[in-house]
Amino acid sequence: MFKTFAKAIQSLSVALLMGLPMASSAQQLSENASIVVESPWARASLGMSRPGGAYLTVRNEGSDPISLIGLRAEISGMASIHETRTNSDGVSIMAPADNIVIPPGGMFALEPGGYHAMLMQLQSPLVEGETFPLTLLFSDGTELEITVPVLGIGARGPEG
Amino acid sequence: MMRVAKIAAIGAAAVFAALFVGWWQVDGPGADSAPGKRSLPLTAMEFSLTDQDGRDVGPETLIGEPSLVFFGFTYCPDVCPTTLSDISGWLDEIGPDAEDLNTVFITVDPDRDTVEAMAEYVSYFHPQIQGWTGLPDQIAAIADGFRATYEKVEGENGEYTMNHTAGVFLFDATGRFVTTIDYHEPREFAVPKIRRAMQNRTERAES
Repeated sequence: MFKTFAKAIQSLSVALLMGLPMASSAQQLSENASIVVESPWARASLGMSRPGGAYLTVRNEGSDPISLIGLRAEISGMASIHETRTNSDGVSIMAPADNIVIPPGGMFALEPGGYHAMLMQLQSPLVEGETFPLTLLFSDGTELEITVPVLGIGARGPEG
Repeated sequence: MMRVAKIAAIGAAAVFAALFVGWWQVDGPGADSAPGKRSLPLTAMEFSLTDQDGRDVGPETLIGEPSLVFFGFTYCPDVCPTTLSDISGWLDEIGPDAEDLNTVFITVDPDRDTVEAMAEYVSYFHPQIQGWTGLPDQIAAIADGFRATYEKVEGENGEYTMNHTAGVFLFDATGRFVTTIDYHEPREFAVPKIRRAMQNRTERAES
């Protein structure tokens, strides 16, 4: 039941994405149309004191490289992309990742254990079953707002 | 004269062979991986922590059953919930046998991770997973025994995060360290490793 709902939200967000450029200027239309965001999801948060984490995949269907330079979300006082790495001693290190270049025809995945959207200073909790808007900022000035469904705290991927 | 030289040559060869065998076992490819980095057996550790229900726990809580132990903190947005979800999946796959497995999440951030915080956090994952916290020196003691490391990393606006050893430690029922499971290791590798650690106990029980 929930999965169907999540799927519906997902298709809805994709549909919104497809629709968004229509409402923007002609300049943005071509730029936005070449960027496709798929499978966004976030983990439910425990209250508001802990940072939230969200994941998605960005595909560059255009002919020029594009950089994902940042995030903006009303739900977070400070949204940014972070990378988790494990060093040779098996120690996990989390650090901000900026200027992520996606080559033409390439894709970039934010997924557990790799890159994630780090949503600090939550303004309201991420509640399972709800959604929130997240804006992706690109190097060419494109701003893409997507709708992120919130899955359970134990979710492993966009399917739950 | 020839005979003396021959004996000397054989003697020298024997010395070299002995040296080589020694090197192979201690420092060479025959040595245990990362000597000094391997976790101590639980029987050689001393620590006193508190579980999610406020009970005192220590090495003796784990010895007697195989154990799966890992470090993290509840303010961790990515690796810790991912590890907890992975472990929940492994436990589901192992099924009823998993009830004999101690599965413990130990915080490296005791300032923020109180007993209540740990209790709430672990309640969202597999019911078998426990959450332990304690005084900073006790957290340091257990991490030292595991040869695990952690450090506080200051961020902006007074926020901070923790770097920490991310692998899952596996011990058999006698408390002997068996192996680690990387936090992103696929289930088809992780589950057999856990079963092997659990088997050590069965073999011992039968002998």
